[in-house]
Amino acid sequence: MAEIIVVTSGKGGVGKTTTSAAIGSGLAIRGHKTVIIDFDVGLRNLDLIMGCERRVVYDFVNVLNKEANLNQALIKDKRNDNLFILPASQTRDKDALTQEGVQTILNELAETFEYIICDSPAGIEKGAQMALYYADRAIVVTNPEVSSVRDSDRILGILQSKSLRAETNAEPVKEHLLLTRYNPQRVEDGEMLSVADVVDILAIPLVGVIPESEAVLKASNQGEPVIFDGTSDAGQAYSDAVSRLLGEEVDFRFLEAEKKGFLKRLLGAK
Amino acid sequence: MSESCFQLKGSVVTTFILELYQYSRENFTQQLKIKIQQAPEFFHQSPVVISLEKFESDAGDIDFSELVGLCRQFELQPMAFKSVDERFVSAIKSTGLAVLSDAASRATAKDVEIEPGVAVETVVAEKIISSTSKIITRPVRSGQQVYAEGSDLIILAQVSEGAEVLADGNIHIYGNLRGRALAGVKGDAGARVFCKNMEAELISIAGNFMLSDALRKLVWKQAAQVYLDEQTLHVEAV
Repeated sequence: MAEIIVVTSGKGGVGKTTTSAAIGSGLAIRGHKTVIIDFDVGLRNLDLIMGCERRVVYDFVNVLNKEANLNQALIKDKRNDNLFILPASQTRDKDALTQEGVQTILNELAETFEYIICDSPAGIEKGAQMALYYADRAIVVTNPEVSSVRDSDRILGILQSKSLRAETNAEPVKEHLLLTRYNPQRVEDGEMLSVADVVDILAIPLVGVIPESEAVLKASNQGEPVIFDGTSDAGQAYSDAVSRLLGEEVDFRFLEAEKKGFLKRLLGAK
Repeated sequence: MSESCFQLKGSVVTTFILELYQYSRENFTQQLKIKIQQAPEFFHQSPVVISLEKFESDAGDIDFSELVGLCRQFELQPMAFKSVDERFVSAIKSTGLAVLSDAASRATAKDVEIEPGVAVETVVAEKIISSTSKIITRPVRSGQQVYAEGSDLIILAQVSEGAEVLADGNIHIYGNLRGRALAGVKGDAGARVFCKNMEAELISIAGNFMLSDALRKLVWKQAAQVYLDEQTLHVEAV
């Protein structure tokens, strides 16, 4: 039985697609057959982050409209045999999605995959609701900043009232908080909300804290999910998050600001 | 098919009473506007009975059709007048609204004639209206609204910023209260709000409200209760 994980946030630009790519890749690296679906119909991004934009022939909406079958639309990752992506359509909008259509595709994917990652579009409208409707778990991506935290709270409310699990009174969607763009130095300086602040406001378990890192931008531009960069702090933090998703207990890293070395202090470097 | 077109039934309808003390177009408009802005959703299309019981007898005449018009302008639904002085009756009747006699709103026994010698066995079918409290176990998130109609509301989790919880009775929150809590929304001035950690955006009891700015100065980030005494909200640590 496949597990459906939605990556959502409410607010845009907090790192949903980066996270979907990293977590999906991480699960595949651990040997789990995983597919990442881009629900952001009209604003195709996932294929860029995954570095397979030139291989997109058919997309999610084509499969939905039965213009192509699932195997034609799925793109196999070049780095890992367990990893597939289902790209969004660039030329359509979110109205092209129907609940029955989405369910049919998810059911078909569930036959062959262990994990289905739904990369949600920003906002709380139809597209986002469609992405979270069938979810078993949700990774709520949040930046340590008040508006992002409030939007996450909003989307948590929707998860608990408008998902299939909520509507059928089944066991509620399992929620995980993933904090991205975390900068311990700025937290120390009082410019940014701390992990504790965000956890206190949202009151859901923390699955990962991704430090603000140059590696993330570089990875996006190169089309290589940051988790493949095992030397980067962000890559390692995502890898820890995957472990926690799989039920392992891992200590949190990168929460403290780096102590300035003697030389750096002497030279007055930032 | 039944032949009867209708059936007459007794019923009790909950309404607001607008107790009029004095009337001038400007003051009335301004004050009503302020009151309604405090809770626009709450007052929207609410039925209202205008009571003249406390209307100062030397306060002059009232333009009733203007008064009714103003109420409607603010999306209230004036239904009737009560406790009307005789000098106003014809003016009110011209507005088309009902004049409720005081007798109708008071239960009196004067119409009941008991024939002597006849044993009257009154069987009172006591109707127990049990309004069990509404219990919420999961967090109430931003954008969500929970209303306990005719009962207390008990929340065993947090109420987030941007969330709203309402009850006709008391509200108990065994978590952080960061959103809005409105107790006694149908006018029960005895209702209270209790919370384990007060960080509310707004607290209201029977329409009397207080914002976080004021709450911060009184009781903040600790267990608290809020109640109404003589039209004044009291906030206390518990």
